[in-house]
Amino acid sequence: MKSALTFAACISLAGAALADTPELTVYTYDSFVSDWGPGPAVEKAFEETCGCDLKLVGAGDGAALLARLKLEGERTRADVVLGLDTNLTAAAAETGLFSTHSVTAEYDLPVAWEDPVFVPYDWGYFAFVHNADLQAPTSLKALAESELKIVIQDPRSSTPGLGLLMWVKTAYGDEAPAIWAGLADNIVTVTKGWSEAYGLFLEGEADMVLSYTTSPAYHLIAEEDTSKAAASFDEGHYMQIEVAGKVAGTDQQELADQFLQFIVTDAFQSIIPTTNWMYPAVTPAGGLPDGFETLIQPGKALLVPAGEAQAIRDAALDEWLSALSQ
Amino acid sequence: MAERTQPIRALPGAIAAGFVLAVVLGAFAVVVSGADAERGLGPADLAALRFTLLQAALSAGLSVALAIPVARALSRRRFRGRTLLIAFLGAPFLLPVIVAILGMLAVFGRNGWISLVLVQLGLPPIQIYGLHGVVLAHVFFNLPLAVRLILQAWQAIPAERFRLAAQLGCGSRDIWFLLEWPALRRAIPGALAVVFAICLTSFAVALTLGGGPKATTLELAIYQAFRFDFDLGRAALLGCIQVGVAGLAGLVAMATLSDVGFGGGLDRSMDRWDGAGGLAKAGDALAVCLTVAFLFLPLVAIVLAGLPGLDTLPATVWRAAGVSLLVAFASTCILLALALPMAATIAGARRGWLETVGLMGLATSPLVIGTGLFLVINPVADPFLLALPVTAVVNAIMALPFALRIFVPAARDVLQVYGRLALSLELTGRTFWRVVLLRRLRPQIGFAAGLTAALSMGDLGVIAMFADPERATLPLQVYRLMGAYRMESAQAAALLLLMLAFGLFWLCDRGGRSGDSV
Repeated sequence: MKSALTFAACISLAGAALADTPELTVYTYDSFVSDWGPGPAVEKAFEETCGCDLKLVGAGDGAALLARLKLEGERTRADVVLGLDTNLTAAAAETGLFSTHSVTAEYDLPVAWEDPVFVPYDWGYFAFVHNADLQAPTSLKALAESELKIVIQDPRSSTPGLGLLMWVKTAYGDEAPAIWAGLADNIVTVTKGWSEAYGLFLEGEADMVLSYTTSPAYHLIAEEDTSKAAASFDEGHYMQIEVAGKVAGTDQQELADQFLQFIVTDAFQSIIPTTNWMYPAVTPAGGLPDGFETLIQPGKALLVPAGEAQAIRDAALDEWLSALSQ
Repeated sequence: MAERTQPIRALPGAIAAGFVLAVVLGAFAVVVSGADAERGLGPADLAALRFTLLQAALSAGLSVALAIPVARALSRRRFRGRTLLIAFLGAPFLLPVIVAILGMLAVFGRNGWISLVLVQLGLPPIQIYGLHGVVLAHVFFNLPLAVRLILQAWQAIPAERFRLAAQLGCGSRDIWFLLEWPALRRAIPGALAVVFAICLTSFAVALTLGGGPKATTLELAIYQAFRFDFDLGRAALLGCIQVGVAGLAGLVAMATLSDVGFGGGLDRSMDRWDGAGGLAKAGDALAVCLTVAFLFLPLVAIVLAGLPGLDTLPATVWRAAGVSLLVAFASTCILLALALPMAATIAGARRGWLETVGLMGLATSPLVIGTGLFLVINPVADPFLLALPVTAVVNAIMALPFALRIFVPAARDVLQVYGRLALSLELTGRTFWRVVLLRRLRPQIGFAAGLTAALSMGDLGVIAMFADPERATLPLQVYRLMGAYRMESAQAAALLLLMLAFGLFWLCDRGGRSGDSV
């Protein structure tokens, strides 16, 4: 009886609390909200300080996220969008749906960050992952000349796939088509998304797979498996910087600003490495988790400025299609 | 001959078809109206169209051609495990694409079982990636379905006809021409059209096994238009082409469909006196054994990959399984409510044009229909709240063509055989449904319900557009696990999905056939 009363009291209290609690809706990509992603821990950490209800909503991957926002337009329920990357930020800013932020932080990014609209929360390098016992090539060019078999993702449907497209283009410019022609006989197949490609690699269908330099950290930390390594390439590695932005039309202006500021604090940043398997944008006071020191450190970080990304992307895609459709 | 008088009315079926058409066309209309700039079709799109048509036609042709000897063997042989085998024929079809690809590659891949044996023998490994790989995978998915659809045509031949043929001294050849071929003519065009329509929307399978951007299908072009260029007009245009091609294929199929029936029988169990020769037996055995090997090895690979992680599945996977079961149940109910009246209306008409509507639903790009429904719902309600009902409706529409293919020939027979008797007894409308039609269609209802439930379990469909953490379905959870590097759990979740989907299928299918020897 007593417990029933307590229960009833809780319900009514919760109901009352719910009515007063402001709600912040954050659109993000699917793997962020999954139980194995940063979502649950981020939600808990933010709700401890904000006196609000943080609602994380998954909507496909980064590119689908932007498409979703464009579909909804001004009517969107999102207050914050988290999960775009620098390939998309220019197009996202162009929609006029985002407003500027007021966040300041000492970022630990390999490049300077001056975007007035978007706040970076993590970053990583694309890399080819292989079994540790493989004598890996040391450049894209060497890979193209080798007999090794690789699996990559389609740039039209996948973020890493697009990353490789930009990687080859920034490293080789006008020579990019020649590199792709050289890679053509190494490519076992092209997949729709990262999961398919990584699955194929684990099944032994290829010697290397396009992924991130941080992928071996997952195997090392979560599975205590040291059998995976990432190949370090002389041309440098293309980067992905993931960002969040405030929706201009939000009715939770203050809360949204608070969340963006929260993103660059230790509470958020310390969750990232072992849930999103990326580097935090601001290294937390405790440093990176054990195991991250074993990862390769590319000599050079490659990144196309956000404003030029779309033009380069379209030209590079045409080159890619014609080189691989022969 | 004008429309015959029928004991049932055509209106409910027409309403159901109208509903399906409204959902499909409505989605397109909304997507098109949301588009600003429009870019026409480029050479790349035409190449995609060519490749899509080529692989779909090859896949459909090969699936159905291979299904004929298998269905024939299954229809005239009785052997231990036959019933189980027939039930299992649903399995490949129910798998989420990514799981099926991994299963296929475990057997046929560069590092697959067959390649390992070949390498042991000093031969080069199999080269699976290319057009042949795409077709092989599509045959893996669709051969079982084609077998079931064609087997059904055989089972529609009353046992008495075979008895009569045996008495008249007909051999295998005579029976083929007199009984089996006419029966097949009622099944083949429809089966071809259904498999063709399924393969039209292929994307991940075609790309992965096709070995690269040469294997770009229309669905990939739609995906690109939507998320790479955010060109809704182009996405809708490409989607319209898909639907148009499927509609055309449907019309051709319906035009070539024979509606010759075999009259009624006494529902005796079927005995066959032909095909007793050693060669015929060996041929049948070979057809069955090859099919079993081809379909089951990848399934074995999936089971083996999934077993280790099965006892440590996270709780969210079980919750997702519950959600999926719920969606599957709802889809099945919606499907029966749509398909049964439509099938009766089609069966009562001389030509089954209405069936084309079903095919169009099947060939609709999930991305276009998902976007369209999202745009319809978003202004009036929270799309996330409606995620599951929307998924259930879309899954039901996707399963509609299969259900129609299953129902229509049987319903046609019922109307031909019992229609006039029922009219003379004034057994019409609801009473006819209850007393005659539903009873006679029981095995078909079981099969179609099982197929829909299982399909709905395995389909990623539109849920990805609407999903939030609490409403993830099992296939979505499989993808999420893979996306989080948790390959072992993902494979275990895929095995759970396979077992649940198959369990549902088996329950419904058995339920429909209980007391029957099929």
